[in-house]
Amino acid sequence: MAHKNIIPFGPQHPVLPEPIHFELVTEDEKIIDAIPSISYVHRGLERLVEKRDFIDYVHIADRICGLCSFMHCLGYCQAVEEIMAIQVPERALYLRTIWAELSRIHSHIFWLGVAADAFGFESLFMQSLRLRESVLDIFEETTGARVILGVCKVGGVRRDMDAETLEGIVNRLTTMKGDLEELSTVFINDYSIKHRLAGVGFISKEDAYALGCVGPMARASGLALDMRTIGYAAYKYLDVEPMVESAGDCYARCLVRIRENFHSIDLIRQAVSKIPEGPVDVKVKGTPNGEYFSRIEQPRGEVIHYVKGNGSKFLQRFRVRVPTFSNIPAMIKVLKGSDVADVPNIILTLDPCISCTER
Amino acid sequence: MSEPQEIIPIGKNDLVGMVAQLFAEGYRLVQIGCTTLPSTYELNYSFDKDYRFKNLRITVTPDEEVPSITAIWPNAFLYENEIHDLFGLTVKNIAIDYHGTLYRTAIKTPFSIENVKAPEPPKQKAEAPEQKTEAPDQQTDSPEQQKE
Repeated sequence: MAHKNIIPFGPQHPVLPEPIHFELVTEDEKIIDAIPSISYVHRGLERLVEKRDFIDYVHIADRICGLCSFMHCLGYCQAVEEIMAIQVPERALYLRTIWAELSRIHSHIFWLGVAADAFGFESLFMQSLRLRESVLDIFEETTGARVILGVCKVGGVRRDMDAETLEGIVNRLTTMKGDLEELSTVFINDYSIKHRLAGVGFISKEDAYALGCVGPMARASGLALDMRTIGYAAYKYLDVEPMVESAGDCYARCLVRIRENFHSIDLIRQAVSKIPEGPVDVKVKGTPNGEYFSRIEQPRGEVIHYVKGNGSKFLQRFRVRVPTFSNIPAMIKVLKGSDVADVPNIILTLDPCISCTER
Repeated sequence: MSEPQEIIPIGKNDLVGMVAQLFAEGYRLVQIGCTTLPSTYELNYSFDKDYRFKNLRITVTPDEEVPSITAIWPNAFLYENEIHDLFGLTVKNIAIDYHGTLYRTAIKTPFSIENVKAPEPPKQKAEAPEQKTEAPDQQTDSPEQQKE
């Protein structure tokens, strides 16, 4: 009979880009329990609503996370706009959609790179980051920033794009699509990647639903759960299709993200062909008095921004339920019974964003 | 856009029963959130089924115990531990109870009533003469304009 050992995993670990801590209770090489502990870098951003008024707070929402910066900003603005009944101009909705999809592409490519690095495929990591660079260049040219975009505001967006730039984005993405296809072929067909990911970290469709999985984690298990289908921003005018796989393992989660990249490129092409002319923002008058749960689809899944105001300039409560937080119960379930050597891959295919979780 | 959202205020004792009913109807637990009000806490239990969003709301005082729903939804343990660690509320019978080690923050229960400073709602101006009510409105209305 083997006796139990506790292996601390994180907060600093070679495969973890961000700090999360797990206590892995093991028997020989098998994990029998995983105890998470977050808050290693807890920043208390939710309570900053006491010090910053609802207009200023947009900048803080922007800084909740680097990879999903724009999405947090969008979710927050959407909630405030809904409470204050602000009609955002159509053009702004389309521009938000374009930036949101670009964020999704850059986040997914970044994930592919980090995953490649985690299973020891250094050159694939470099190739992925090279591709991601072109998305960051688009951000820089259209917003002036590469990571924290700061273009979204309550009532619309801060910057417009002319027709030429929009065409340019589509052309660049078309070129990138070729490179992405080449990159994806390696992820899909390479023997060692399949060997490392296929059949590892399996979660069934029923478990995924019961444990509250969201995003690629849920879709890889066969759940067609995608908040874009509820039609926020300009998604109501576009053909959104959730990318679903049925295998439920690490490999399926990888495939979902690869397919979503191509879908996002297609969504941007659709948005550019349909974008109407007009203003990109409206004047904001009044203060928020009411509450709203804004639900949007981040690269990692459904995120909820809850905003409650009582008519004062400062919000009463702002809460973010991030997808990583919702995926942790499933992660614990998957970790139980798996091998110690598979832990980095399982945690990575979930794509934990600790910066979001430690808001 | 305006997604229809339902918020149903219920009593603390009805919570587990109603949550079990939603579970039987095939809803999924989206989140449990807590809001600090001047003297009470407001807990929102959010559920979703086929993109229909539904919330159950209970209001509790700081010394009241909240029943756990982990027997129905196992993933609720994370939210309930969060509520315990950040708000200082006691949640009874959590399936996996971390006893305050999930969030190891520098300040204990940073979101509790003692720590949170709730904003004052704006003063009612209904009794003031009509002409005077318009002017202060315009001033307070656009904080962004002031910044620009």
